[in-house]
Amino acid sequence: MRLAIGEGSCGIAAGARRVHERLESLNLDGSVEIGITGCIGACFLEPIVDVYDGDKLVRRLVKIDEKSAERVYAAAKSGDLESVADLAITPEDESFLTRQTRIALRHCGLIDPESLAAYRAADGYRAIAKVLAEMTPEQVIEEIKTSGLAGRGGAGFPTWFKWNAARNAKGERKFLICNADEGDPGAFMDRAVIESDPHSLIEGMLIAAYAIGAAEAYVYVRAEYPLAIVRLEKALEDARAANLLGANILGSSFSCDIKIKAGAGAFVCGEETALIESLEGHRGMPRLKPPFPAEKGFTNQPSNINNVETFANVAWIILNGGAAFAAMGTENSKGTKVFALTGKIRRGGLVEIPMGLTLRQVIFDIGGGIRDGRKFKAVQMGGPSGGCIPESLLDTRIDYRELGATGAIMGSGGMVVMDDSTCMVNMARFFLDFTAKESCGKCVHCRIGTKRLHETLTRITEGKGREGDIELLEELCTGIKAGALCGLGQTAPNPVLTTLRYFRDEYEAHIGARKCPAGECAALKTYSIDPVKCKGCTLCARKCPAKAIEGAPRQPHAIDQSRCIKCGLCRANCKFGAVQTA
Amino acid sequence: MTPNKCPNCPESDLSRLDAVFEKFKGDSHALISILQQAQSIYGYLPTDVLYAIAEHTGNSPAKVMGVATFYTQFRLTPVGRHLILLCKGTACHVNGADSIERALNELGLADGETTPDGMFSLKTVACLGCCSLSPVMMIDENTYGSLTPDKAKSIIEGIKSAEASK
Repeated sequence: MRLAIGEGSCGIAAGARRVHERLESLNLDGSVEIGITGCIGACFLEPIVDVYDGDKLVRRLVKIDEKSAERVYAAAKSGDLESVADLAITPEDESFLTRQTRIALRHCGLIDPESLAAYRAADGYRAIAKVLAEMTPEQVIEEIKTSGLAGRGGAGFPTWFKWNAARNAKGERKFLICNADEGDPGAFMDRAVIESDPHSLIEGMLIAAYAIGAAEAYVYVRAEYPLAIVRLEKALEDARAANLLGANILGSSFSCDIKIKAGAGAFVCGEETALIESLEGHRGMPRLKPPFPAEKGFTNQPSNINNVETFANVAWIILNGGAAFAAMGTENSKGTKVFALTGKIRRGGLVEIPMGLTLRQVIFDIGGGIRDGRKFKAVQMGGPSGGCIPESLLDTRIDYRELGATGAIMGSGGMVVMDDSTCMVNMARFFLDFTAKESCGKCVHCRIGTKRLHETLTRITEGKGREGDIELLEELCTGIKAGALCGLGQTAPNPVLTTLRYFRDEYEAHIGARKCPAGECAALKTYSIDPVKCKGCTLCARKCPAKAIEGAPRQPHAIDQSRCIKCGLCRANCKFGAVQTA
Repeated sequence: MTPNKCPNCPESDLSRLDAVFEKFKGDSHALISILQQAQSIYGYLPTDVLYAIAEHTGNSPAKVMGVATFYTQFRLTPVGRHLILLCKGTACHVNGADSIERALNELGLADGETTPDGMFSLKTVACLGCCSLSPVMMIDENTYGSLTPDKAKSIIEGIKSAEASK
């Protein structure tokens, strides 16, 4: 028996390393083989330990801690898997995985990410071997064109078109760049791919480098992803040692090396020209386009930039054919897409599905719907550049155009689910707080406009909204969209525009009636004491920092609204549930 | 030109930068990488270190300062013995990151500041990528998930008492 512990960042945060150490400490005689794997994406079940008999997965054990690790070890040693049947994944939870179609994530959680041999055993590096032996760069680009693969970073631009433009551009040197600066809060698809299957990124990049004629490549990765950097570094070293990287790869005339550049924390660097500025060691401020990076990119040489998930699909397409990829999806969105399903969802994690499924299928069938018995309110897609989609549009298909029509975007794959306790005005404020901080400052409309949007939204959530604020928000949004140079600014108003479009009544309630319908905005809450439930214990009056509660002992107390600072301490401390909010 | 050194700042041992300069010799695009390594040596980017980097890389001090202040990773002041990164990403926001921040505020920790005893620095960050465990904070190398205000407080108190008993 062999045990494989899921050690992606999430698994480790959930305690996978402690489980691993416990298992190792029991395995003094070495009778059980203990190894690691990447992230299977079922974050809600971490830490996960897979039991293998040879190459066959015989049992997936979930939510393991140091205590249950002892039973896991005993079962693996004796072969009596029935003894840990209670730890096995349930059929319902398993459906989270079996309902997915995995291409970009095809090896994640199944192979050891630190082992080149494991990747090769799973058909790894066969695609680059095929490309070098049998295909011209033009044929590679043609195959990608057939597949319909589009940029998975968010914009959805056809990948073959960018490759072709870079191939045809004239320059002394050409560069291939991988954008692994996954900055959308609430998205972690790219991190999972690098941590769990770094060689598939390398192989995809090599195929792209061959297609465009680049001998130098960079991976620009977020500094906040230390484990991804460590695993990628090891994978690059192993690939170099096996002649899969460097000069004359696999004995061919094709040479290419890949270097890692760690970003230093700036959301705008996800924009490709800002990323190039950052790679060159400058402040990450976007450049004017054209010239596009395909003509003048890194050091003014032709450059092609794709994101991690895009590259992770490439080797599969070469091995299985572009037509097989294009057979999945809709008329204008082909293949599969990975989403990070989070928020108030029952089963959260990484979900890869064919394009064309509806949001409802992803959130309710795969994700199991809303947790804690609450009601679905909206799903946020595309992070700070995206928007909130309401329940009435849950049957929208996962498709670049159809999602775009809702006012949200496909985005890089963040899918944050919200229930009826989330205030949509505060949600818009949250995103504008983010974009206002992350605006690079180059364009006035973005730099000052996002700040004004944030101030106005903050005012509304604090109960100080004014007549005309909604119109002011709309005017600012239009101005920023028109006046910003790059994608960050042009899309920054989207969270405001979509919430105004679908949840305008919440804005109106905040401004007019001074109420937060979701009950989230503290300043708009009114605390009161139910005289029937109140026993007059005086605890709330003693705890109240504003001395706003009065009442004699053993008599019902009351809150003086003019003095109440809405801190909620009375409610938190009441033993009788007598303090209500409205 | 003699660098206009900050009169009240402690002097850094600049010889520790030699290996970094050696490593990136001839690479004109390495400013960010040099700053990253300098920060890992000194724990932050002292003013005299920024001047030394400007001089060695042939950049103006203004350019180096511009880069150092553009990216959130760089710090111009020392951090406490324990660095707390509180995630305020979308999933954490939806799951109550604000209430965690308020709990930490009650313990005297404020975003971007270090406690007077030099024990803790608090920094809010956009996303730690552990969304399924939200709300999350990271203290030094350890990630703490599924936080509640009380749980967050007891984690901090636990570190305090562990330090006190040392």
